[in-house]
Amino acid sequence: MRALVVDDSKAIRRILSQMLSSIGFEVSEAAHGKEAVEVLAASDPFDLGLIDWNMPEMNGFELVCEIRKNSKYDNMRLMMVTTETEMSQVVKALEAGANEYVMKPFTKEMIYEKLSLMGLPVSP
Amino acid sequence: MAISTGDFDFIRKLVLERSAIVLEPGKEYLVESRMLPLLHKEGLESIEILVGKLRGGTKNGLADLVVDALTTNETSFFRDIKPFEALKGHIIPDIIEKNKTTRELTIWCGASSSGQEPFTIAMILRNDFPQLLNWKINFISSDISREMLQRCRAGKYSQLEVNRGLPAMLLVKFFERVGTDWKVKDDLLKMIQFREINLAEPFPVLPKVDVLFLRNVLIYFDVEMKRSVLGKIKRVLKPEGYLFLGAAETTMNIDASFERLPLPQSGCYQLKG
Repeated sequence: MRALVVDDSKAIRRILSQMLSSIGFEVSEAAHGKEAVEVLAASDPFDLGLIDWNMPEMNGFELVCEIRKNSKYDNMRLMMVTTETEMSQVVKALEAGANEYVMKPFTKEMIYEKLSLMGLPVSP
Repeated sequence: MAISTGDFDFIRKLVLERSAIVLEPGKEYLVESRMLPLLHKEGLESIEILVGKLRGGTKNGLADLVVDALTTNETSFFRDIKPFEALKGHIIPDIIEKNKTTRELTIWCGASSSGQEPFTIAMILRNDFPQLLNWKINFISSDISREMLQRCRAGKYSQLEVNRGLPAMLLVKFFERVGTDWKVKDDLLKMIQFREINLAEPFPVLPKVDVLFLRNVLIYFDVEMKRSVLGKIKRVLKPEGYLFLGAAETTMNIDASFERLPLPQSGCYQLKG
């Protein structure tokens, strides 16, 4: 399984990458939406994208729209990583094709529970 | 069962450290009610004994169970998932086949608490069984607490309450955002009739029930009361109706008329033969 973690915070990227690596995901990172688009274009398909809402260059919503425009990524599950104040905008992302959301502060268990909801394996 | 201030503070701190969830003073009742099933399962007699074990660190994994009971279980939609998988995969299709001439389905949630269970069932019916749209659905959800019933009728949940268990697609489909809360949309809310029923008293007149959810209720009763409640259930349940009990509950040694169905971890029973 391959995952792409997109967040402008290096600390959050590191935490999420560790959580995913420990259950067997091969993880790539991008610091904003535009970089994510470049990583996507240059790599094999990903099974999962964890996407922050508020990022420079291209925000999470724009990235979801960009990904969902391309049928090549139809099988990629997208989860928004969000805060309570961003929730109303996250609804727009869900309507635009994101599959799930997780709210900060999150625990490892919460991330794994959401992966299960999206039908992804959570055992190492 | 009252909880002492010291024990409450200990559990508060534990939950805060492990889940970042803040239990304000005044939430003692929540801790008490959530700990009861755990005490029962672990064979502990009181919260005091539980906290003693936590302080002593004598039982591995106990702290996780406490945190889990306080942060996920009763506040989450699709709680314990397996009963709902059984409902979706086996039971509703079976009832649709059996009742195809009457086109009538009766469901009763016997302890709806703050409403997550009946709304979960209603979402499954609406989302996965569109053929039921032109059936007559009698959906009764009851509780002994008027306060809880009011909450159910309002159908309003905080962000924290919808964060876990509920798939995002169902959240967007069946809820609308009101301020920072989420409200169950009218279409779903209107499916359910919320009623005050005390299970310890004689049941009111009810239609014969196809599916009865009574999870984590019997554990609050002594053996005699369990027997009495199961006796009343036998009379209200259809001969081939289904009864869901909680994972830590059983009819064994209380009432021999029920048998557990081989649906994994669903706690689903039917009347024998």
